[in-house]
Amino acid sequence: MRNLFLIAYLDLKESIRANWFIVYSLVFGGLIALFFIAGITESQVMGFSGLSRLLLMYIQVTIVILPIFILITTVRSISGDRDSHILEYMLSFPISLKQYYWGKVFGRFITVFLPVFMAMVFAILYGMFKGAEVPLNLFFLYTGLLFAMSSAFLGIAFFISSIVKSSEMALGISFFIWIFLLAFIDIALISLMMQQRINAELIIGIAMINPMEIFRVAAISLFDPELTVMGPVAFYILDMMSQKVFVFISIVYPLLLGILFAFLGFKIFAKKDLV
Amino acid sequence: MIKITDLSKKFNSHLSLDNVNIEFNINDSVALMGANGAGKTTLIRSILGYYHPSSGGVLVNGLDPITERTEVLKHISFVPQLPPPIKLSVSELIFYVCKSSGVDEKRIYHYANEMKFDIKSNLSKSFFKLSGGMKQKLLIAISLAKESEIVIYDEPTANLDPKAREDFHTLIQESKKEKLALFVTHRIEEVQEIVNRQVYMDLGKIVSDEKV
Repeated sequence: MRNLFLIAYLDLKESIRANWFIVYSLVFGGLIALFFIAGITESQVMGFSGLSRLLLMYIQVTIVILPIFILITTVRSISGDRDSHILEYMLSFPISLKQYYWGKVFGRFITVFLPVFMAMVFAILYGMFKGAEVPLNLFFLYTGLLFAMSSAFLGIAFFISSIVKSSEMALGISFFIWIFLLAFIDIALISLMMQQRINAELIIGIAMINPMEIFRVAAISLFDPELTVMGPVAFYILDMMSQKVFVFISIVYPLLLGILFAFLGFKIFAKKDLV
Repeated sequence: MIKITDLSKKFNSHLSLDNVNIEFNINDSVALMGANGAGKTTLIRSILGYYHPSSGGVLVNGLDPITERTEVLKHISFVPQLPPPIKLSVSELIFYVCKSSGVDEKRIYHYANEMKFDIKSNLSKSFFKLSGGMKQKLLIAISLAKESEIVIYDEPTANLDPKAREDFHTLIQESKKEKLALFVTHRIEEVQEIVNRQVYMDLGKIVSDEKV
């Protein structure tokens, strides 16, 4: 355990110094700042107002950019170290592969989750300071969703990082996965599939296995399900099961998906030649 | 100490190690030589447990370096041919080494000092921003401070100036008692003074093994 935390601690320190982390933090922090500057909390559109509207907008943007940020920054974690022979040197010390791999996962999770979470905390605190009503239920839901979504894509990224030999290949696969999952969220999914006359159950089934779609639907599930902004698949899902059950699934499923992929990644990492 | 039996390693269709059988024992100071692609690095990496053999095996002190890597690596110090671009600062790298291997930090400072590398003024610098020679000196200092029974150096003096090479040879000679030292090299004259055995490899095979 001690070595696992050692790897996590050093990975965290290294990441915090990296340029990508600065950009990553600025993007999410900047989004919140931009929303405040744009006066989103003071305006009212389609029933959303105040901090609820700001958080909803934040989460809608996060759905699109968080997965690709996590994928491209994490996917080189092991493959990049392998490419540059860092792995060869660092693993010449008595650290088990389990400690090294899970230490990297743990450290990287903190790095990718903390900025998105802290940006939201900042929004809440600033909103409180400005005297806005704080939507705590939304804040806790989004914290859970961001946690689950970060886990899912981190797990996928470590899996890719373990199976490929070069970091260029890892980046290519990451972009493909991101575009693929993005294409299969609600509007794009339904229009494409309706054109092909695919039955509704299959469309819903595909939507339900896509962590990005689960995240999107769960993010708006606290609002009135009659809202047209949801899209047809989201409406159908929320009509089919209770909101509480869906929120539970939307947090547990991506979490398990991330753990599964990270575990498979570890199995491959331990079975393959290290350098 | 190290027993290699019928070891073969294939990368796709390329046979990098071809049925290698060799033993290295305590007080051996070995120059491992051969042309590019002879299999020297593959052999070293197999000893370190990085490669899964296609057939045969490696035992280090009777242990398999893949399944019992932490136990095996407690007894090995390794310096690669080219220092990798580690993004940790010098102090973080030293912290990693000390925590993971129980190395006394003062010993790293001591050997770095012997190698004429001033750690203190470089502690906050990223390791990869140091010059090639400074990086190599630090890695050598770490390898000596670890006080391992087995030391493996892959072209250790490639980045060093003549004075630093001399310092390195002196330190190795002072500390090589009760050790197994493996030096991968292209130039025997670089390590002639400190080796007592020369092993030549070609096309993945050991072609000669002689005491000197």
